[in-house]
Amino acid sequence: MYRSHVLVCGGTGCSSSGSAKIRTEMENEIKKQGLENEVKVVQTGCFGLCALGPIMIVYPEGCFYSRVTVEDVPEIVSEHLLKGRVVTRLLYKETVTESGVKSLNDTNFYKKQHRVALRNCGVINPENIEEYIARDGYAALGKVLTEMTPEEVIDVILKSGLRGRGGAGFPTGRKWSLARTIVPDADQKYVCCNADEGDPGAFMDRSVLEGDPHAVLEAMAIAGYAIGASQGYIYVRAEYPIAVKRLKIAINQAREYGLLGKNIFESGFDFDIDVRLGAGAFVCGEETALMTSIEGRRGEPRPRPPFPAEKGLFGKPSILNNVETYANVPQIILNGAEWFSAMGTEKSKGTKVFALGGKITNTGLVEVPMGTTLREIIEDIGGGIPNGKKFKAAQTGGPSGGCIPAQHLDTPIDYDNLIAIGSMMGSGGLIVMDEDNCMVDIAKFFLEFTVDESCGKCTPCRIGNKRLLELLNKITDGNGTLEDLDKMEELCLYIKNNSLCGLGQTAPNPVLSTLRYFRDEYLAHIVDKTCPAHVCKKLVRYEITDDCRGCTKCARNCPVGAITGKVKEKHVIDQSKCIKCGACMDNCNFKAIIKK
Amino acid sequence: MKSLEELRAIKEKMKASVNDRNDNTDKIRVVIGMATCGIAAGARPVMTAFLDEIAKRGLENVTVTQTGCIGMCKLEPLVDVFLPGEEKVTYIKMTPEKAVRVVNDHIVNKNIVSEYTIGSAE
Repeated sequence: MYRSHVLVCGGTGCSSSGSAKIRTEMENEIKKQGLENEVKVVQTGCFGLCALGPIMIVYPEGCFYSRVTVEDVPEIVSEHLLKGRVVTRLLYKETVTESGVKSLNDTNFYKKQHRVALRNCGVINPENIEEYIARDGYAALGKVLTEMTPEEVIDVILKSGLRGRGGAGFPTGRKWSLARTIVPDADQKYVCCNADEGDPGAFMDRSVLEGDPHAVLEAMAIAGYAIGASQGYIYVRAEYPIAVKRLKIAINQAREYGLLGKNIFESGFDFDIDVRLGAGAFVCGEETALMTSIEGRRGEPRPRPPFPAEKGLFGKPSILNNVETYANVPQIILNGAEWFSAMGTEKSKGTKVFALGGKITNTGLVEVPMGTTLREIIEDIGGGIPNGKKFKAAQTGGPSGGCIPAQHLDTPIDYDNLIAIGSMMGSGGLIVMDEDNCMVDIAKFFLEFTVDESCGKCTPCRIGNKRLLELLNKITDGNGTLEDLDKMEELCLYIKNNSLCGLGQTAPNPVLSTLRYFRDEYLAHIVDKTCPAHVCKKLVRYEITDDCRGCTKCARNCPVGAITGKVKEKHVIDQSKCIKCGACMDNCNFKAIIKK
Repeated sequence: MKSLEELRAIKEKMKASVNDRNDNTDKIRVVIGMATCGIAAGARPVMTAFLDEIAKRGLENVTVTQTGCIGMCKLEPLVDVFLPGEEKVTYIKMTPEKAVRVVNDHIVNKNIVSEYTIGSAE
């Protein structure tokens, strides 16, 4: 029996801040103290509070240590693990109260969360199938294979109200039911998993794959049984090396235990899964492009219909669901459709995982019931905006989504409400922006991304977005006219209506939503030739105020020699030479340089 | 995997260790004094004896933790046993043999081993 479990986060965030070294050091130190038969070190998936990594939790006390370094390890072992004295200085400060250590579940970050898709992330070792089984893993697969017909499985998923978590929100049960029935005599069908998470700032699927890969495998096998497929493919980005590694370990373990392969649970059902690596093209997250890429061809979309349910991978009926969608499936089978549909709003059931990023205190991963307001996510769970800055907007849905301004902070988040306010759910990236962000610049950032990632197959997307970006550049350079705004709006609608796939159809959304809510910023760029947030370089002026003491530091640091002035006298910037690099402002000791 | 029974067997085997990873407060807690005085008086073998006996009996609802010195160094090794909803019981001058009896009598059968408690010393 292990009296204590030390959980070390092995997700991407904590891995990049050195958690692997900490785990090794922990194991060595524990051995050195002779505790290896009493204390177990477990590598887990993401706990969600990536901002505080590397993270370590020690049970049974439930002590949450944050920002642990290799040097802290001997102290944790000799103080906490040997003598039972908690190392208070390393505790996550939210958990420290006057009367002692507070449970993690009572902290603001975790209190309002409800973990379904992430239930095992940060709890089990993702590289150990038995720990997954201990948390009811593969019980749902056992249940469907021994007690349920495929129709019953589809019925439960339909009734649960589960919708695609990749962003579009298509009802999962309907997708499965179409794939089961539309081609009655199909000799082969396929189950695909979309793990080609490409939105900038999104890392939900990555965390699920890294923290709980078996949940996805189990759900794909359930889907295979439901639609009548014997083969599955997971299409995952090669940029996710930890996720790929753990998926492969998981698949091998599942095969070893007979949970993938022939005659699973002696039910006569065969199912196997293979991993396919994507090279990181954003368009390959689109379903037809993804399937084309799995086939070994260039990842380009094709017109629909025929939909994949009829003619998908290798021309056979196929389904494609997102990682997070699959992660919900085993829980729905085990707990029933009613349990799932009791969470969320009328048309959006269950929970949604969001990746919080940008100007927010608790950067990380959160899972909340649908219908939670943006304010609760940003202020309560996310800990608000750092440095006392003011909230300006939140961006959801990545390059396909839009910006949500402060006036909509209290909108309950679900698929339909987000579309109504000009954004979309998307896969779940949530980027927070404060008063220092220029909304025209944000629109430009996302459009640059889609222009780069457009596959070039259809003209509206390939050329239309390029022209749109040129107009945005014209505005941020201070050369825009009011007619440009009308032209942009017209072009946006044209691109949306005529593009071949979801990439083009949604690419203008960041422009449209910023035009809708932050038109005043566009007007400031065009009419007043200023950038209110002082971001757009061509419209910014650096000036030296009367606080200047004439220390000459700015002049010495200016790379182009634009600053002149005598010692102990006020200096001046030659605006015609200035390249607006900001070096003078960063170096001034007297805060005498301002951006205008 | 041939049957659901096989799956259940793995779950049972692993359940105890994975279930320790939560903030469950209705568990039985065994707290062992492991300050310098406790360790010098032999707290480590006592703790190992507790762990072994709990594992041998497959008890899932018990956690074993340590604590520092509470000032009664001459009575070490000291062990506190907390049953949910009950007053704590403090055992003194513990040995591995006594530990086995505390697990059997107190933790399993809920009978306090009075002769080992601090009350009997006074």
